[in-house]
Amino acid sequence: MDKILVSPNPHLHSKTTTKVLMRDVVIALLPAVVVSVVFYGWKELFVLAVSVLSCMAIEYFITRFCLKKVSTLGDWSAAVTGILLALNLPSTTPWWVVFIGALVAIGVAKMTFGGLGQNIFNPALVGRVFLLISFPTYMTHWEIPQGLFGVDAVSGATPLGAIKEGLMQGASVPDLMASHGYTYSQMLFANIGGSAGEACAIAILVGFIYLVVRKVIKPWITLSILGTVAAVSCVFWLANPAQFTDPLFNLLTGGLLLGSCFMATDYVTSPMTTKGGIIFGVGIGFITLMIRYFGSYPEGVSFAILIMNSTVPLLNNWFHQKKYGRA
Amino acid sequence: MARRTFSIGGVHPADSKISRDCKLEYLPIPPTVYIALSQHIGAPAKPVVEVGDKVKVGQVIAEPGAFMSAYIHSSVSGTVKSIGPRKDLSGNNQMVVEIAVEGDEWMENIDRTDTLVTDIPEDPKAIIEKIKLGGVVGLGGATFPTHVKLSPPPGKKCEMLIINGCECEPYLTSDFRTLLEKGEQVVVGTAIIKKALGVDKATIAIEDNKPEAIDHITKVVESLKAKGPEYSGIEVLSLMKKYPEGGEKQLIDAVMHRQVKSGGLPIDVGAVVDNVCTALAVYEAVQKNKPLIDNSVTVTGECFPKQANLIVRVGTPLNYVIDFLGGVPETAAKVISGGPMMGKSIANLDAATMKGTGGLLFLTREQTKRMPESSCIRCGKCADACPMGLEPFLLNRLAKAGDTDALEANAVQDCIMCGCCLYSCPAGIPLLDVISQARGQVMGIMRARAAAAKAAAEAAKAKTE
Repeated sequence: MDKILVSPNPHLHSKTTTKVLMRDVVIALLPAVVVSVVFYGWKELFVLAVSVLSCMAIEYFITRFCLKKVSTLGDWSAAVTGILLALNLPSTTPWWVVFIGALVAIGVAKMTFGGLGQNIFNPALVGRVFLLISFPTYMTHWEIPQGLFGVDAVSGATPLGAIKEGLMQGASVPDLMASHGYTYSQMLFANIGGSAGEACAIAILVGFIYLVVRKVIKPWITLSILGTVAAVSCVFWLANPAQFTDPLFNLLTGGLLLGSCFMATDYVTSPMTTKGGIIFGVGIGFITLMIRYFGSYPEGVSFAILIMNSTVPLLNNWFHQKKYGRA
Repeated sequence: MARRTFSIGGVHPADSKISRDCKLEYLPIPPTVYIALSQHIGAPAKPVVEVGDKVKVGQVIAEPGAFMSAYIHSSVSGTVKSIGPRKDLSGNNQMVVEIAVEGDEWMENIDRTDTLVTDIPEDPKAIIEKIKLGGVVGLGGATFPTHVKLSPPPGKKCEMLIINGCECEPYLTSDFRTLLEKGEQVVVGTAIIKKALGVDKATIAIEDNKPEAIDHITKVVESLKAKGPEYSGIEVLSLMKKYPEGGEKQLIDAVMHRQVKSGGLPIDVGAVVDNVCTALAVYEAVQKNKPLIDNSVTVTGECFPKQANLIVRVGTPLNYVIDFLGGVPETAAKVISGGPMMGKSIANLDAATMKGTGGLLFLTREQTKRMPESSCIRCGKCADACPMGLEPFLLNRLAKAGDTDALEANAVQDCIMCGCCLYSCPAGIPLLDVISQARGQVMGIMRARAAAAKAAAEAAKAKTE
């Protein structure tokens, strides 16, 4: 011992670092990734690869050459954004559209705000919504999953899209469900059509449980979104089952599970306190349903999360932790 | 049944109690001791010996310098060599009495036998006086003079005495060994403090990572209940292991489900908290006439060759303790006085032990390395960890902006410096470093404001008269 170190307490540090947390998110996303590749085939793997590599390359380029700082790729957050973006796109998206999405996600939504921890909106969702508005044809061209070795691609509408369209033509919900042959078990396990990451509810829930067990996230935001969607859709459905879809259908379709488990729980863009998180979740659930029921888009999770993202600073101001010894 | 613990925050660092099986042993007496005059919270003691005086073990060498102060006794027999400044473990000068050791001659009135004395004096005032004369201070870390704590201000009534056997800091095991090996004395000490406070209920709280101690103390309490009514009302409570359970405020929350108001004292909610080693010191002072001249110190660390729980005379140079166990290991980078969460890193190994020294911990560079700081990812782990329910991320930001009003509004002054925020931050942000500075600043402002308000009130009073 040559020199004696002197520093203020504490002298120990937990082993959980940003890198460990982000790596856990990647691990939690793996079931959804694997399932999406199995169901959508090699094309999906290509979209994933383009998205992850573009996100990482863009972040590296911006930190090293524009900001002239140390690269932040080591924290894995760019990889998380890349995977989430890919899971939010149809497997048929051309590579250059994916790249533009990555550019908007990392370049605009993340780095212009100052990088990890500074952004107001979830980067992957900003990328997705940008593409949805700019390239509606590609973004709504869903493919019915044909599997890893399937040949004939069949394109079709998502359940949410098909029902919305049918309702506008005057059909009733139960008729549409029957005519399209939608079943809940199908939605739960896969083969439903839509964004790659929306294919299998079980895969997403497995990842979510992993994150909660590893204490990476707390379950309250997700549960309050799902609870709100279930409760509000239950009221509408009971009032008019011909016009409004039922709670289970709403929970299992579209990007609700992917959004509520992985996007709404993003540390940076969600409230710091549990109380704030529950309000945040209720808002997302409510806005999602309003868009689904009354909006012109069949799906509203992305918009709902982005809208509620903008309320986070306010929620952080309003809701604080319960302090010791202070009423 | 759910395991009981405090309600807000807390972290779970690895236990690392590698010295838990090392029995308490007496460290040989060093050739020279350096006994500091300020080993407690409050005014330094005033020396009553002069250079050249012969002293015995247990002889008073300094008297309380104010109401909030404590007696200091010689921990050895020998000759007073000097009274003057010497560097303490941070390297700051502190007044010490240097005594060259000659033999080991004790004051005659001290009972040095092992006989357990279970008859407790009847008069609370006499007990408190004996505790005061024994120089007993809180050995849980804060070294608050015990006789002051046991004399609640008029109008305040103690409802529950809590004996703190949590030892929630990783590595430290001296409280654990004391509970196992001197459990009888601790329980008698508890009954004495209970008597002094005139309170019916006492709880000895022990974390459930020490089941042997819980079992042993439970048995001791049961067997002592036969000795007399003063032993009834003492209970042993097992608490879930969680840091900082041994923090006074957290312990009161865990045991009594009450919370001390900001700026308040435990007695405001009817609680008095004393450490197990304090209870032992009280026993020795009251029943054996033995003042606080030695205390137990855990010497430990994975890189340290020999783990030990030593009973060390107050004023023993740290180097002497370390050399007795084989010297500072090559790989050690940091030496800590106390535990790894709240302990102080030592700058000067030539410093001497004090009444409150509870541990000497050696950590390697790898163990104690701070991560490079990266961006806050707003995960909220610091807020989840804070046992006071504060929001360290927010305090950190406000401190950097220098916004003292907002810092006060967000209760930076309530911080207990436990280190949970910095421990848990995944981005390696030095939260506590920043917050503790801001806390000092805000507390200074609050004190100045209180003083100004007092002065203004007095001036107004003088005017009307």
